[in-house]
Amino acid sequence: MMNTKKWIATLVGVAVVALCAAYAYAWQPSIEALPSPPAPSTDTALLAQGARIARQGDCMVCHTTANGKPFAGGLPLNTPFGTLYSTNITPDMNTGIGSWPLEAFTRAMRSGVARDGHLLYPAFPYPHFTRMTDEDLGALYAYLMARTPVDAPAHANALRFPLNIRPLVAGWNMLFLERGALPAAAAPATAQSEEWLRGRYLVEGAAHCAACHTPMNSFGAEKHDKPFAGNLIDGWDAPSLNPLSRSPTPWTQEQLVSYLRTGLASEHGAAAGPMLPVTQHLAEVPEADVQAIATYIMAMQPAPGAQPPAGAESLPVAATDAPATSATSVLPADKQRVDPGAALFAGSCAGCHGAAAPMRTIGDRPSLGLSTAVNADSPRNAIQLVLGGNPWGGSNSAHYMPPFADALSEEQIVDVLRYVRGNFTQRSPWPDLPKEVANIRKEAQPK
Amino acid sequence: MINLTVNGVDHALDIDPSMPLLYALRNHLKLNGAKYGCGLGQCGACTVIVDKRPVFSCLMPVSAVGKRPVRTIEGLGTVDKPAPIQQAFMEKQSAQCGYCIAGMVMRAQALLDERPGATETEIREHMQPNLCRCGTHMRIVSAIVQASQTLAGKGASQ
Repeated sequence: MMNTKKWIATLVGVAVVALCAAYAYAWQPSIEALPSPPAPSTDTALLAQGARIARQGDCMVCHTTANGKPFAGGLPLNTPFGTLYSTNITPDMNTGIGSWPLEAFTRAMRSGVARDGHLLYPAFPYPHFTRMTDEDLGALYAYLMARTPVDAPAHANALRFPLNIRPLVAGWNMLFLERGALPAAAAPATAQSEEWLRGRYLVEGAAHCAACHTPMNSFGAEKHDKPFAGNLIDGWDAPSLNPLSRSPTPWTQEQLVSYLRTGLASEHGAAAGPMLPVTQHLAEVPEADVQAIATYIMAMQPAPGAQPPAGAESLPVAATDAPATSATSVLPADKQRVDPGAALFAGSCAGCHGAAAPMRTIGDRPSLGLSTAVNADSPRNAIQLVLGGNPWGGSNSAHYMPPFADALSEEQIVDVLRYVRGNFTQRSPWPDLPKEVANIRKEAQPK
Repeated sequence: MINLTVNGVDHALDIDPSMPLLYALRNHLKLNGAKYGCGLGQCGACTVIVDKRPVFSCLMPVSAVGKRPVRTIEGLGTVDKPAPIQQAFMEKQSAQCGYCIAGMVMRAQALLDERPGATETEIREHMQPNLCRCGTHMRIVSAIVQASQTLAGKGASQ
């Protein structure tokens, strides 16, 4: 009897100590609010530097809704853990960050703690922003504080229990947050050119490329043993950057810079899905930044002649649901009348993607045979493009593709994609294409 | 043979399965309301309704239509008895050259069939794919808003 009581007392004691320790770790002090937003800086060079960093980091893509005011937040982010809403980062006193001193802004960017001391969810990529220099954070702060304040209260998050308990993020931080500047690179010193170092700082810091391109573990943290190996984001495949997609023509520095700055690579295709806004903002930073990013990414690529990436060309043709058509040659004209995919392609796609289409012969648009989406291991991005198209980018029509979700049935999309894969690429057919089309259509139209 | 049901009438046509629906409507069925604008799905002049959804008929091969019913502007109303949407386009004098109008009307009709009483914001978003080179978008939007209110009123009185 005495023993049991002693045990319970010990257990309770241990639990209390553990809770106190956890609380002490999770508790962050509030930083005193400014009485009024700081006067916008008049230092134009500083503001320009801040604008450049905001574009490197593409803050707007998450912190602005489709028709919303810039930086006013409210965009729903669908995560495996529930829905989070981005917050207002305009200098509004009550609903934005107008009352935040630089110290609070820096703490949020480096440690994921709001001014009042509550912990921010790591959907906000502070594990990357923690790499940024004081100078860059100061410039970004000045830029944000010079935006037009918008009264836009935060939207309540809809996270699943127990993830809706914010102090638990302290545990996440303990496990996954590596605070402070980037550690020295493991790469040989000879490979660490000035441009490479700059690229590393941008890619790992402000640009937070890994937030989408690195697979996540079950806690939603990036898997550090698989950097840039690709991930699924907003229903799109964020392809592997290491190595970059295997495509008939290898990626080059020049192609990558063109892709990142214009959204179009003449040998690979157009940016789409969540990558399109990234390229639109990188179009506005100095080219040197994008050259540096491309240098760092190109340096990750395996040497030419190295073994092909896992999964590449490993699908035996016979083991997949091969299309009725020949996978290697264009069908003779008389056979096209009976191939539903060919007829659909001729009617729906050839106007832009046919060999003689004006859309092909002007403006450096690549053949579907070079397209990353059509050559990819997974049909996901190709299906997304057929279903939803690719929206206009301002007055630039280079990316535009109309949506076909209402024109083509699931079966027809399968037929046309089989035809495209079989006739434009040397790759084996996509396995489970009908299932993938059905699933992605369901995701895209949750009606 | 390709079978098409257009404005409630069945047709059997001996045409290439890859022929865009627009060509079949205009050249074979003499329904010249829908227009050829760009052929690239960029302008919306060719918009018709297929199974309740507005589509670019220039990019929809007839083989893709299957059993889905096709509705064109010829199936809406007549000169003597225009449909509410057509009446509103006339009252608001929405057409300038008129080339885009059949497509505009059909895209709008698809929305109003689904949601009579749709708000101006919904209408503007829904009409985004269709362009008017004369720039009469303001009158087009106001005509659709009027038709939307007319149709909502009818729904309410029933």
